[in-house]
Amino acid sequence: MSVATKTDKIQRLAELTAVKETSTGASLWREALRRLRHSKMAIVGAVIIALFLVLAIVGPYVAPYSPTAQTWRNEVFPNRGEFVGARGENWFGLDHLGRDVFSRMLVGARQTLLVGVVATLIGLIIGFLIGGVSGAAATLGGDAGKRVDSVIMRFIDMMLALPSLLLAVSIAAVMGQSLTTVMIAVGVVQIPVFARLLRGAMLAQGGADYVLAARSLGVRKRRIVVSQIVPNSLSPVIVQATLSLATAIIEAAALSYLGLGNPDPAIPEWGVMLTQAQRFFDNAPMMAVYPAVGIIITALGFTLLGEAMREALDPKLKG
Amino acid sequence: MSLLELDGVKVHFPIKKGILFDRTVGHVYAVDGVSLKVEAGETYGLVGESGCGKTTLGRSVLRLVDITEGSVVLDGTDLAKLPSEEMRRFRRRLQMVFQDPLGSLNPRQNIESILSEGMVAHGIGKDQEERREKIKSILDKVGLPSNALSRYPHEFSGGQRQRIGIARALVLEPDVIICDEPVSALDVSVQAQVINLLEELQEELGLTYVVIAHDLAVVRHISDTIGVMYLGSLVEEAPSDALYAEPKHPYTKALMSAVPVPDPEVEDKRERILLTGDLPSPANPPSGCRFHTRCPWAQAERCATERPELRDVGGGHRVACHFAEEIESGKLGLTRPTGIEAVTESEDVVVEQAEDEAEVPAALLPADSTTKPDAAAVKDKVPAAAETPGDRTADAVAKDRDAAAPDASGKEKEQDKTG
Amino acid sequence: MSLLTVDELTVTFGGRGRKESRAVDGVSFEVDQGQVVGLVGESGCGKSVTSLALMGLLPDKGVTVGGRAEFDGTDLFTMSRSARRDLRGSKMAMIFQDPLSSLNPVVPVGVQVTEILERHRGMKGEAARKEAAHLLDRVGIPDPTRRLKEYPHQLSGGMRQRALIAMAVACAPRMLIADEPTTALDVTIQAQILELLKELVDQEGTALLMITHDLGVVAGLCDQVNVLYAGRVVESAGRRELFAHPTHPYAHGLLGSIPRLDAPRGEPLSPIRGSINDRIAWADGCAFAPRCDRYEMGCLTGTPQLTEPRAAGHQVRCVNPVLDDAKAEEVTA
Repeated sequence: MSVATKTDKIQRLAELTAVKETSTGASLWREALRRLRHSKMAIVGAVIIALFLVLAIVGPYVAPYSPTAQTWRNEVFPNRGEFVGARGENWFGLDHLGRDVFSRMLVGARQTLLVGVVATLIGLIIGFLIGGVSGAAATLGGDAGKRVDSVIMRFIDMMLALPSLLLAVSIAAVMGQSLTTVMIAVGVVQIPVFARLLRGAMLAQGGADYVLAARSLGVRKRRIVVSQIVPNSLSPVIVQATLSLATAIIEAAALSYLGLGNPDPAIPEWGVMLTQAQRFFDNAPMMAVYPAVGIIITALGFTLLGEAMREALDPKLKG
Repeated sequence: MSLLELDGVKVHFPIKKGILFDRTVGHVYAVDGVSLKVEAGETYGLVGESGCGKTTLGRSVLRLVDITEGSVVLDGTDLAKLPSEEMRRFRRRLQMVFQDPLGSLNPRQNIESILSEGMVAHGIGKDQEERREKIKSILDKVGLPSNALSRYPHEFSGGQRQRIGIARALVLEPDVIICDEPVSALDVSVQAQVINLLEELQEELGLTYVVIAHDLAVVRHISDTIGVMYLGSLVEEAPSDALYAEPKHPYTKALMSAVPVPDPEVEDKRERILLTGDLPSPANPPSGCRFHTRCPWAQAERCATERPELRDVGGGHRVACHFAEEIESGKLGLTRPTGIEAVTESEDVVVEQAEDEAEVPAALLPADSTTKPDAAAVKDKVPAAAETPGDRTADAVAKDRDAAAPDASGKEKEQDKTG
Repeated sequence: MSLLTVDELTVTFGGRGRKESRAVDGVSFEVDQGQVVGLVGESGCGKSVTSLALMGLLPDKGVTVGGRAEFDGTDLFTMSRSARRDLRGSKMAMIFQDPLSSLNPVVPVGVQVTEILERHRGMKGEAARKEAAHLLDRVGIPDPTRRLKEYPHQLSGGMRQRALIAMAVACAPRMLIADEPTTALDVTIQAQILELLKELVDQEGTALLMITHDLGVVAGLCDQVNVLYAGRVVESAGRRELFAHPTHPYAHGLLGSIPRLDAPRGEPLSPIRGSINDRIAWADGCAFAPRCDRYEMGCLTGTPQLTEPRAAGHQVRCVNPVLDDAKAEEVTA
């Protein structure tokens, strides 16, 4: 065969297979991000969250009125069941004290977000530490480690056994009525969720062949946990954190609703607004609807993003 | 003196039960007294079916599972007695290649990171630069391009992944590499590439292999000496050719006759020795000779009561059968059918199996089950490292699930590539 | 007229926005009464998808099946859904590769067998139970009456596969499709199952479509062998002919890359380079070309057709087939 046809041949083959040579060295995280960008669910969720974030940041500055100003007091008579509904100068109407509901919604977004994020962070960080220790002990600690693990897990089980709202209420009862109480209470409730999740994922990963391979390489146990097991156990925890943000906001609202939240009326918060509105539900139902819808949409945003992340991080789950 | 010597190695996994306090209710006798020697520069093949303990034995050599009894001596050091930190450092000299090339590579580490992990652990190489040079030369040896460094395991094909697994073992310059089913998860056309690579590397670097596999043809192809395992112990050991020419243990004979040969001429002429029944549970091995419940030549008294020792029958051929010579000379008649009757008409076996099952102590039964401790059920109770029947099943099935859904895996691959 | 005639079967996944991938790309073959036909190939060659398409077990969404498949005179792809369901299990039955996941884990084996008898053969109560016990006995499951009451997880792998075979042959089907029936099993158990299948075919005259990646299994069992690569049949011949004269470079290469138990030791294997991922679309030429040592310019222009370069009935899809028999002769000699 002549040289010319040989190079032709190789070139033609290269042309036909060219599409295949596009490996980029993309890590699983980057692949997940790419899948996330193509998910409609993620986009909708992200847009909602972004709007919420914008609201939380600029809310206080764009609110048409002060959230505490009672300018229209003489128009509102809660005792007689007379309220001012939505109108040109007050889009969402006035509350029982004659404050502009729309302004209170805008300003309250920041508080609501703060409660959700801080509470979730509390749950995530403490849960992560407990779960991590437990998982590491169980996977690589031998018999002694297994005992440590089961002691920790029994403790976590006890926490789980308490109804979460009851736990939160008791914490709030001990610590008094404040926004911090709500955050801690909601956060503590999340601890066992994160701890169990991380431990479970670590246990599953601990049996994987690549962990065995790392052990056979002579890699130190601490390093196996940190560089092999934990990174591969993160996906469910990340997803849970997103979903927890939604539940944290709702639970914080529930606690505020029960009157355990911030007693300072100067700082509006959606949950508190909902609580106050319930007294006047018969006469002014819309007063409760605005914060409720706000909470629901925000929670929906985080849930959508969380679900989309679950799919992006573990594409095998789909179909 | 041999490079690697195993003497009376036993690995027993406790079966634990209990809600608050685990108590041991029995043992899975995964490896039950194995002694063998591996000479430097040779390949020792361990062959056996799932549940025979070959994987556990391989892992026990690296102390990835706890050795219950016996010694593993590498170059004069008894590994079974080393404190764990010293054992960790010793692992540099003993490396392992795993069956599942994807599962044994951390999906979140790139190839450079995977390959330098071991070097970092053992302080090989001054800095990352020096390590990278070494990795590049090893990648070249196993036939991977050096641009593989920054890529991730999921971007490679099965054969390439196994090359990465081999490279990972090689960077530490070990004396012995234990290959646990190195090719069984690969496609046939790719298997040969990896087998050839292993052979070339052995020639070039003077490596010593212990190859663990269920495929007798593969093992025979690459091994100098072969040990056949059944239910936790060696039943026969011989130089590769001798084993093929004259299998002496009834189990080896049956195993050999069962391996399909891709040649109709041979297949048509072959006489299969079909075994009756299934592998007994390693949690409740039969008394006497482990194989007597299925052996076509089993004798009434001795086989069921006395456990045969591995004895030398000349020419480096060792066999654990009381009647090896008698069977060979044809003096001993068959006590069970070996043809198709073994599969379809099995009255005598029915009785025998029923008896076996009756002996199972109730304590061994899984909590919610009324059956014999079928290996699959026991598997949940023993550490993941324990190989029980079903291991191979799971892997083979996983592999075939890929095969069954080429569309799915194909799509994934496409995604990988367009990413 | 053959019992099953498959003509230019194509199966395409994806579509509707998603990238299409063609798993089966024009597969044709025939199966006669009492004949064992093998579909051989590696993962991704489309063999399992072919069997699922024939059984009508592919999902409705996202899959397009093209071509024709005629079973016993009726077109499988145009018949009604319910007619197809009736056919499945009665005249055509399938044995899957994973016996554990093909059996319902929460229903005793006996109930699963009698269910089939009740549905397809109209048997009831005691009669169905008796027949079920007889079937289990037939496939060599010891103590069948007791086994009938047990759950799948209580049986060993080999026993489960036998139970599946019993279910498949419960209605004396005219055709069995076995998809890697022994891959999940150990060699000695595999030998038992293969002998059992052989006996069933011999005695009942059932046609068997054997889908496997194991050329050894094919050599011992199949009458006619179709080698698949990337969704197409690349070589089709009688068993003896194929193994004596593998003519497509892929089939030739496959046989050269398998370590044989009976081959003299020390002979290096001759592997096929690359992997199944290195392939080109059939429309552009021969999908195997990137891995082939014999490819020419002609291999890269248009789909090669099946020809009979060596002997009648020995079809090969190759422009530059292996016709010099150095290796094959060496083996037979």
